[in-house]
Amino acid sequence: MLTQLTHKITTMTRRRALAATAGLVLGLAASSPFAPAQAADDTIKIGILHSLSGTMAISETTLKDTILFLIDEQNKKGGVLGKKLEAVVVDPASNWPLFAEKARELITKDKVAVVFGCWTSVSRKSVLPVFKELNNILFYPVQYEGEESERNVFYTGAAPNQQAIPAVDYLMKEEKVKRWVLAGTDYVYPRTTNKILEAYLKSKGVAQDDIMINYTPFGHSDWQTIVADIKKFGSAGKKTAVVSTINGDANVPFYKELGNQGIKATDIPVVAFSVGEEELAGIDTKPLLGHLAAWNYFESIKTPANEKFIKEWQAYTKNPKRVTNDPMEAHYIGFNMWVKAVEKVKSTDPDKVIDALPGTEAPNLTGGVSKMLPNHHITKPVFIGEIKGNGQFDVVWKTPGLVAGDAWSKELEGSKDLIGDWVGKKCGNYNTKTNKCGGQGS
Amino acid sequence: MPALAGPFEDSVAKFANDEFSDTEAAIGEIAASGNALAPRIIGALQDGRLSADPDSKKVFITQTDGKIIDAATGAAVDKLPDNAAAVRLNNRLRRTVEAALGGLTLLSSDPAKRLAAAQSVFKSHEENLLPTVEGALAKESVKSIKQAFAEARAAIILFKPDASDSDKLDAVAVVKARGDQEALALLTGLGDQPPSVTKAAAAAVTSIQSNLAMWSMVQNAWYGLSLGSVLLLAAIGLAITFGVMGVINMAHGEMVMLGAYTTFVVQEVIRTRYPALFDYSLLIAVPLAFLVAGLIGVVIERTIIRFLYGRPLETLLATWGLSLVLQQAVRTAFGPTNREVGNPSWMSGAFELGQITITYNRLWILCFTLAVFAILLAMLRYTALGLEMRAVTQNRRMAASMGIATSRVDALTFGLGSGIAGIAGVALSQIDNVSPNLGQSYIIDSFMVVVFGGVGNLWGTLVGAFTLGIANKFLEPVAGAVLGKIAILVLIILFIQKRPRGLFALKGRAVEA
Repeated sequence: MLTQLTHKITTMTRRRALAATAGLVLGLAASSPFAPAQAADDTIKIGILHSLSGTMAISETTLKDTILFLIDEQNKKGGVLGKKLEAVVVDPASNWPLFAEKARELITKDKVAVVFGCWTSVSRKSVLPVFKELNNILFYPVQYEGEESERNVFYTGAAPNQQAIPAVDYLMKEEKVKRWVLAGTDYVYPRTTNKILEAYLKSKGVAQDDIMINYTPFGHSDWQTIVADIKKFGSAGKKTAVVSTINGDANVPFYKELGNQGIKATDIPVVAFSVGEEELAGIDTKPLLGHLAAWNYFESIKTPANEKFIKEWQAYTKNPKRVTNDPMEAHYIGFNMWVKAVEKVKSTDPDKVIDALPGTEAPNLTGGVSKMLPNHHITKPVFIGEIKGNGQFDVVWKTPGLVAGDAWSKELEGSKDLIGDWVGKKCGNYNTKTNKCGGQGS
Repeated sequence: MPALAGPFEDSVAKFANDEFSDTEAAIGEIAASGNALAPRIIGALQDGRLSADPDSKKVFITQTDGKIIDAATGAAVDKLPDNAAAVRLNNRLRRTVEAALGGLTLLSSDPAKRLAAAQSVFKSHEENLLPTVEGALAKESVKSIKQAFAEARAAIILFKPDASDSDKLDAVAVVKARGDQEALALLTGLGDQPPSVTKAAAAAVTSIQSNLAMWSMVQNAWYGLSLGSVLLLAAIGLAITFGVMGVINMAHGEMVMLGAYTTFVVQEVIRTRYPALFDYSLLIAVPLAFLVAGLIGVVIERTIIRFLYGRPLETLLATWGLSLVLQQAVRTAFGPTNREVGNPSWMSGAFELGQITITYNRLWILCFTLAVFAILLAMLRYTALGLEMRAVTQNRRMAASMGIATSRVDALTFGLGSGIAGIAGVALSQIDNVSPNLGQSYIIDSFMVVVFGGVGNLWGTLVGAFTLGIANKFLEPVAGAVLGKIAILVLIILFIQKRPRGLFALKGRAVEA
């Protein structure tokens, strides 16, 4: 029952009395068949497909709040096309098949104009056929393994060349790293990313003996052996670093074990791709001083846009300690791009918006302007941050300009000739060697 | 820019530029200046207590006692300027700072600082520090620090291009005697050396490696014990509710989670009200977690489980549903993100035993688990409640006819099992995430341990937990964490085929009941 509960928050019609009612009652009342009819024509509905219960709730709940916040801000400015925006929140409960079901419900029953959602790659893969079949739009805000470009999906998180490769470059140049531990959780994102990184490292002349690859199950909590192995691997007289694609909850015990076994960032730095401000909120970061993370956004970056965003976000959530993170910024960019595209074509019709989105520009929070590319990925700056004692990151390096996201990795045999181009070629996996649409992927 | 008095002041002012290259230059110049303030400046930089005002180019040290001084002059300052910010470091600079500080504190009067300095010189093997190290070595009276100085000297000599072959051979012997991973790292990274030295170094590397390989067996055994203690701790409450009472309690993990959240709440209160008590937070949390989880356990037994005795499938579904309800309730009350539970100082860090590292938190958890086990065993054996529990589980009708209030005993037994799960949560909060999902990751392992050890037998749970822990840790280096876990599951399935009642099967009337 709990998982099927559908929350609906009609931002416009929310009255004080209603808001005071418990969320459960509100959800039940609004999802009764009589409720939505009144608001059908004068609002634009936006679907939010993020897990609010189950294992992924830890990360995804914040993104749900982010979209609600962005909708609230947009409505204060008068909405879009003269209409107010209305959020439709569903809870796919960290259950991959339920993601597809909930996506179908959002599009067919609630008739949303666009959906913001998903975190894990498997949830994205699960909803893909639904978005294709029903022809709607999904904005996906999380860094992922790439190797995909779909007409109905817009990827606002980092592709591997916008996160992993620059991070490795940084370690090679600044830290003179010669030996590499690629440690990850055992699923598709770390495995693909590590495959790309392994190919990249070898192309830079790193020997097989100097690469150690290690996978652990989801939620792994006993890191003693692996941390000891890393220590051993690092004592071969060459500078060693760990590239971590360890996911979610497993990070806290991993970092605790590193701290306890006395591995300092000055000896063996760890650069992580899935550890942001949210994840650090659960750890005492003093022993982690100097370990690294690569992202396209850090809360600590001082720009007027970012400071304004953080201030309004904390006011909206009524929590002065609430942190911001990279996927939130991705939603910020994606949401604003969608608003701009809709205003350009004066319609929320998915076909028109999909065609209008490539080329659309929207400011990011770090002082630049990101652009939607024909492959449905965006341009982003890449930052390397070091963990500070207060749970925030100190930016120590950034790319000189924005990096364009590659849908298909240039490092992998099967994908290096492929490009995604939904403007000229109308194809997500166009092979530039054979000049044909179609190849690995779909 | 204000007029500055001399080169030292110029160097200090470079910290205010907020450029890593300038900071690096400043560290080098200050370390070489011989100024009395130098160790304090570099020390403050390392601890993040050095701040700079980008406008006036003034640099300040916040001393450990909270007083502030001007870094260039040593004069006291009332307060930091508003726009002063801590001088930033990156890893490369942190290494530079460590090396510089090592050079500056080699002759410190504090033995701990001298030892740290000697170790950092061993790592940096800075050639120009050789005379200082040799001077310190001659003066040193503490044996362990003298040893560290000798090793630091050997490291420098090995990397000194003009050192004689015989000096280098002596140095190889000193480093070989040290015999740990850092010695190994030093010897494998020597680079170009005279042939005799290369040969000696290679021999030393082989000998250190074989020595370390032996130690790694010891280390695996320790890791196994430690993992076993975590498994035992998580399973011990289930050994009561499932093992003794026969209730398939899928909400067991959530009792562990509630214990962990109790720890969080206790620490929050201590942080805001009585910060001095922080090191005792876990001691306070243990009884509270027992009470919270135990009471909830009693309520669950009275309201749900007592209607389902003898219907395992319904119990399984009801308790599983209950686990989801509890998870979501905690998620609503505390939020979906991890909560920070700190380690008290006596549970942080590690010590070296031979060539293995033993972390304090794991050691304490092992001791704690054994203590909980012993207390539980004693309780079942020597108290009236324990006697009644055993009577009820062995023969309910006979116990009832002897005047034991069996339903009260059921509630208390379930409460006891849940309470112990709550205590486990206190300990697990020290090594794992405190999130609503905490319990889920332990439920499968707990059932595995209880079933493997033999249902209804506490000693079986103990042996089962340690066997699984040690087997897992010896498999992990060979098969990897993922395959290791799968292998363990396969082995258990095979074992259960052979001995369906686990390692220590209960004999007697309870079995037929």
